[in-house]
Amino acid sequence: MSGAPPHVGLFVTCLVDLFRPSVGFATVRLLERAGCRVSVPAEQTCCGQPAFSQGAREEARALARQVIETFSGFDYVVLPSGSCAATLRRHYPELLADDPAWANRARALSERTHELTSFLADVIQFTEINTVYDGKVAYHDSCSGLRELGIREQPRRLLGLIDGLHETPLANPEGCCGFGGAFCVKYPGISDRLATDKSRQVVESGADLLLGGDLGCLLNLAGTLRRQGATTEVRHVAEVLADQTEAPPIGRE
Amino acid sequence: MQPRSHAFPANVARALADDGLQVALARTSAGFPKKRLEGIASLPEFELLRDQAEAIREHVLEHLDWYLERFAAQVEKQGGTVHWCADAEAAREAVLGICQQAGARSVTKGKSMIGEEIAINDHLSAHGITPVETDLGEYIIQLRGETPSHIVAPALHVSRAQVTQAFREHHLDRDPERPLDAPRELLGEARDVLRERFLAADVGITGANMLVAETGTSLIVTNEGNGDLTQTLPRVHVVLASIEKVVPTLEDATTLLRVLARSITGQEQSVYTTFSTGPRRANDLDGPADYHVVLLDNGRSELLGTPAQPILRCIRCGACLGHCPVYQQVGGHAYGWVYSGPMGAALTPGLLGLPEAWHLPQASTLCGRCEDVCPVRIPIPEVLRHWRAQSWEQGQPGGVSRLALRTWAWLATHPRAYRLASSLVARVLRWRADGSGAVGSLPGLGGWTATRDLPVPEEGRPFLAQWQERQQP
Repeated sequence: MSGAPPHVGLFVTCLVDLFRPSVGFATVRLLERAGCRVSVPAEQTCCGQPAFSQGAREEARALARQVIETFSGFDYVVLPSGSCAATLRRHYPELLADDPAWANRARALSERTHELTSFLADVIQFTEINTVYDGKVAYHDSCSGLRELGIREQPRRLLGLIDGLHETPLANPEGCCGFGGAFCVKYPGISDRLATDKSRQVVESGADLLLGGDLGCLLNLAGTLRRQGATTEVRHVAEVLADQTEAPPIGRE
Repeated sequence: MQPRSHAFPANVARALADDGLQVALARTSAGFPKKRLEGIASLPEFELLRDQAEAIREHVLEHLDWYLERFAAQVEKQGGTVHWCADAEAAREAVLGICQQAGARSVTKGKSMIGEEIAINDHLSAHGITPVETDLGEYIIQLRGETPSHIVAPALHVSRAQVTQAFREHHLDRDPERPLDAPRELLGEARDVLRERFLAADVGITGANMLVAETGTSLIVTNEGNGDLTQTLPRVHVVLASIEKVVPTLEDATTLLRVLARSITGQEQSVYTTFSTGPRRANDLDGPADYHVVLLDNGRSELLGTPAQPILRCIRCGACLGHCPVYQQVGGHAYGWVYSGPMGAALTPGLLGLPEAWHLPQASTLCGRCEDVCPVRIPIPEVLRHWRAQSWEQGQPGGVSRLALRTWAWLATHPRAYRLASSLVARVLRWRADGSGAVGSLPGLGGWTATRDLPVPEEGRPFLAQWQERQQP
């Protein structure tokens, strides 16, 4: 890259903010190593996906406008989550399409917004990962990232740069883990079957560590694995890429 | 049939506790996706065909009135009759009228989802006319007094032992000691019984996979050939079809056929593809004396021009059912009416209304796999979100979940209050976890904690609070 370093606005997402601050710090570290200047706007809260998915369009629009305003001054906006990034990239323009004051701004934000691993792999083409991880890793492809943003190879390309890391595939990699935002509490019986099924695949893969790019799915799977007495550890992919694994795995102390 | 979609949560509980159903679903959950992948692997232009298929279906919906009138004019030119039916009641009366005019006592039926939608079997039976399903799966569930649990594989939920039992209970003129367990024995008996029914029927009713506007042709695909016997042997052939089934040309129909079966069973084509154009002509060797098309609207035209319009592109391949994580767990009956899985969740609210069907669009993780495999690229998650938005305006869901979402939305638009609330939640959760990293139960979150632990925040202070402290000089 030439000239001034790109200025990245980091949107940590509400789940990382609350449940997993270390993912936020790992993301900052990765972005800075990739040559970006990182700012974390203090006014950020949530992207509004829960409201949008529930059909509460007015609430979703209010949050979309707030996010557009908060993140208007950056070269890029990066989120350590496929589903939140998809909300900004895919759904804000659609939500605000009929609002003349906001439609263009929504589109402009959409074009500058990226999920973390695809930003590092595709936009920055970052390759300087000099860490070692000795173990077998399974990767959970979260549905939104996979199908709304086409994220499949990007995290694997980055993980492939880590010495010693070996990926063991899951039996049904395209299958949903049953999180689905509010779905998991609205229809817990179905959600439980899906989470149990996915957790079984994780255990059967023989992986020591499950990684993923979306904290919602990871909380769901970590909680299910823990309840079942499985020893598989669960982390966000950013923690391993940034070599920042001092914190206990998700759901452990 | 009486819709039970409003009872979705209870239907789900029953389905999850039904061990036989779970065995059947587990078998097909892996089977259909694998067959589809094998089927499309042999067709490099599959993605291009999907683009064409989508364009054909969308074009028809944009000009539906024009193609329907053209189709109807062609049917009449061939000597057939078209019955325009605004709702299920009108369609039932039209079919009954045709049967009564033909003096019918028994009617054979090919597989028809419109037949299910208008509950034609019950109506005919109530008027002394015996309907006989001739698709093997449909025949089995007719004997069992059930409705289809899959639009393509209607008896998917029935085990072989249950088929044996149904045949023994209903085929009473047969030797009670006969062997009846092997698939070949079951098939042989069904074929024998149905053969008599085919020959005795006065009217044959089929559905239609497509209606071809340029020729006035109706088209069905089957794997058993039962559709052909249903429509060529009786004196009268009635085609039951909904209005959106029309396509402009035979060329378009064949494009759609190339993606239809491949998307679910992986077949290049189904075993039989049958085109019917009007009644028997002077030099034809067979065919019915009378040919009727009953065209059903039943709420579909109301969907045109709305965000739900794309669901009318559906060609009923069943791929979305076969790939849906929710359908794979609960099966078709849980949806409580005729259509199930993602296409059912997207279509049913338009036909029955949200007060009856509001649960169905909610019961999705929006994982998007349905859209991914849909041969006509229906953006099903988008249609589901459209119904959710309509529900929200109408007050569903209400109660605690509505209050929770509103409270959260207020907090999220007031960052300072949000910061205080998230810090408080982090501390409370960590206190409850008592150094263990997760909680096993939590008031108000029983849905989550019944079967999984809830990992608690790794620290008592959220990221943004920590970040701001670090930024202070």
